[in-house]
Amino acid sequence: MITFTLNNEKRSVDADPDTPLLWVIRDEIGLTGTKFGCGAGLCGACTVHIDGEPVRSCQTSLSDAADQNITTIEGLEGKAAKAIQAAWQEIEVPQCGYCQSGQIMSATSLLAQNPKPSDDEIDQAMNGNVCRCATYVRIRKAIHHASNLMEA
Amino acid sequence: MNSKTVLNSTRRSFLKGTAGVTTGLIVGFHMSGKGLAAANSSKGFMPNAFVRIGTDNLVTVIAKHIEFGQGSHTGLATILAEELDANWDNIRIEAAPADASRYNNLHWGKFQGTGGSTAIANSWMQLREAGAKARAMLTQAAATQWNVPVAEVTIDTGTIHHKVSGKTATFGELAEQAAIQPVPETVTLKSLDQFKLIGGKVVRKDIAGKTNGTATYTLDMKRPGMVIAVVKRPPRFGGIVKSYDTSEAEKVKGFVGALATPRGVAVMAKNTWAAIKARETLSVEWDDTNAEMRGTDQIMAEYKELAKTAGLPARNDGDAVTAIAGATEVIEASYDFPFLAHAPMEPLDCLIERTESGAEVWTGSQIQTGDQHTVATILELKPEQVQIHTLLAGGSFGRRATPDSDMVSEAAMIVKALDGKVPVKLVWTREDDIQGGRYRPAYHHTLKAGLDDKGNIVGWQHRIVGQSIVTSTAFEGFLVKDGIDATSVEGAANLPYKVPNISVDLTTTDVKVPVLWWRSVGSTHTAYSTETFIDQLASKAGRDPVEFRRSMLKDHPRHLAALNLAAEKSNWGGPIAEGRYRGVAVHESFNSVVAQVAEISLDNDGALKVEKVWCAVDCGIVVNPSIVEAQMEGGIGFGLGAILRNEVTLDEGVVEQSNFHDYEPLRIDEMPEISVHIVPSEAAPTGVGEPGTPPIGPAVANAVFAATGKTITKLPFSKGMPELV
Repeated sequence: MITFTLNNEKRSVDADPDTPLLWVIRDEIGLTGTKFGCGAGLCGACTVHIDGEPVRSCQTSLSDAADQNITTIEGLEGKAAKAIQAAWQEIEVPQCGYCQSGQIMSATSLLAQNPKPSDDEIDQAMNGNVCRCATYVRIRKAIHHASNLMEA
Repeated sequence: MNSKTVLNSTRRSFLKGTAGVTTGLIVGFHMSGKGLAAANSSKGFMPNAFVRIGTDNLVTVIAKHIEFGQGSHTGLATILAEELDANWDNIRIEAAPADASRYNNLHWGKFQGTGGSTAIANSWMQLREAGAKARAMLTQAAATQWNVPVAEVTIDTGTIHHKVSGKTATFGELAEQAAIQPVPETVTLKSLDQFKLIGGKVVRKDIAGKTNGTATYTLDMKRPGMVIAVVKRPPRFGGIVKSYDTSEAEKVKGFVGALATPRGVAVMAKNTWAAIKARETLSVEWDDTNAEMRGTDQIMAEYKELAKTAGLPARNDGDAVTAIAGATEVIEASYDFPFLAHAPMEPLDCLIERTESGAEVWTGSQIQTGDQHTVATILELKPEQVQIHTLLAGGSFGRRATPDSDMVSEAAMIVKALDGKVPVKLVWTREDDIQGGRYRPAYHHTLKAGLDDKGNIVGWQHRIVGQSIVTSTAFEGFLVKDGIDATSVEGAANLPYKVPNISVDLTTTDVKVPVLWWRSVGSTHTAYSTETFIDQLASKAGRDPVEFRRSMLKDHPRHLAALNLAAEKSNWGGPIAEGRYRGVAVHESFNSVVAQVAEISLDNDGALKVEKVWCAVDCGIVVNPSIVEAQMEGGIGFGLGAILRNEVTLDEGVVEQSNFHDYEPLRIDEMPEISVHIVPSEAAPTGVGEPGTPPIGPAVANAVFAATGKTITKLPFSKGMPELV
């Protein structure tokens, strides 16, 4: 039995300790906002927060998650998250939407740490998140917009 | 017969009811059933297959096309809501069931499905009529209820008014009364200047759920007792299972079992990770007797040999051979295009459950009619016993539109083998996706053209060698004529430039790599070869690339308008920053025309960055400008990643790439700035999902040509670029 905190709730899971956190969250706990895209840490669709830091849940084993404080898209809260989600809706970023949970987790973490990122800083922070619909123009625009919303 | 006829007869022969829009058009209605609308009054009002108005005042639009990012759901609902004068806030959207009698794609005959950028184009008049008819019945209901002349009843943004008496009602309040009104024989549609939603700012209905994790995709579905299945597929296309050993897999906690299917060995487990892990431990012996054993180098070498002789004619205007022989200057070029994977973000998946009455299928169904028949055949049911829930899908780009329903048939085969005892969710991993075939075919092109002493093209010869996408599929009858697969030559056989002598021929090859349409299909390669070859000819003739094109597009006003708009917005011919270079391309696909100007920078090491793209599009009437812009942006990004570095290669028949490290999509730092400009139009809507993709490759290649004098002819650029440094 491995215990961790997920979206402010204590959870105990009885699964193979090697199981990637992604599949624990999706199959064992049943929260499906966190997506499977590559299983190899290459696309960022599975991004969650551990103590506010973006982490690829497909590359984090259940044993590594023990006693950690994990947040998924379903539990995302705070000023930066609200601004990012509002900007994503206003700019209409998503197309197929499948990668967007991961994009939003990365973008929220960026803004929480750097409320006024430059284009280069956005590129650097978001470079690990692939979007096959190539919504990148709007992702960049929405992060700037969210930054303005946070100031307002 | 020129190529235009070929394409028209193939692509448009199923087109119905998309006549040009005229002011105050009167449209005849042909409804099944007579008299009163079929409606369950307790649930409100369902005047036709596309809309349901509840007593709760919710207006449900039934979308016959899948939503996988292209904005179809919002676009379809907008068209209907416009004629209904509904309040957009009260609209909800539901995916239609599989039922080709009501929900067929009007451009595809009897098939229900999405593809060829037809969702809005084929639904345009159908949904306007459906909305207008519902509106007429609500108006009549108000007149009846209030005992006032119908001509005095108006509807505005979801509220029904009788101004004289001051009476108002919501749709919900009159839904039951509307349900018992006679179905109108004819309805009057709005004139273009009466549109409030179409062409305006309408919020996409799928955005909220896609920003908070609640949007549901097939991978997110769960049914009681469900097992997860992954399939270990043969390493070579055409291979089959000889034997397999599960002794190691049995040690994996959660492993349920394995079985051989025609597609490979299916491994079942209680959860996804156990299925993936158990599959890794499986040892399988394969029978490669009928497998493809060639590598891509060998396949391409064979294509080059085949290109030495003429194939079947796809277009023959005048006498290109003689014209070129008599030309002042002759230019030749040959191009290699690799296999490309679609790699949608959500890998393929499908959930099937056998029920007492038949089967239920949850999947991102792109061709519902095919999927329904496939499941019915495998599970020995009647098609109508197979219920399909078309879910949101994490992209497709053509991948989910397999004429033989590959992922659906795999899931059905497993359900069948398990005697339907448990629901099965089939999951593909990214490795399965990259290595699983159904690629954009590899092609080899050769082009040869002659210029006269004034720099005009006098003859054009274009030869294409590659696999057919549609031969031996249900689409063969629609798309193959006289041995020519229209999807192999589209964009080449209908070359828009006025050249007196043109020949385009096609050699269709026999390769066992399964191939499929990939966002913009034939135009993925034909736009590149024709538009970069045009720039080589312009250069040889000493002409500006935009001016050269304009001089040959007098008979193609839509091409000309898009080209001129892109040139104007980019200030083509004006000053450019040092180290920056520009290229242009214009191309028609899916009845839309897109022109793009790309500006690139090249650093001292020859590293290429696409800095900015100006994109002009003529797609007829624009239903939702934000979605059109998004599709142009996305189409450019999708095409750019492929052009820069994507290819699937085979070594002795085995795919060499496996995931996003060696088949790497475009990332955010490589995405150019993009400005999209729409050519104003009063014509019915045409394609939007695909036409943004074809011009980006040649526009960027032409910018490289402007910088270096060299055209990249071996794709992707990661192969061709070193020659430049």
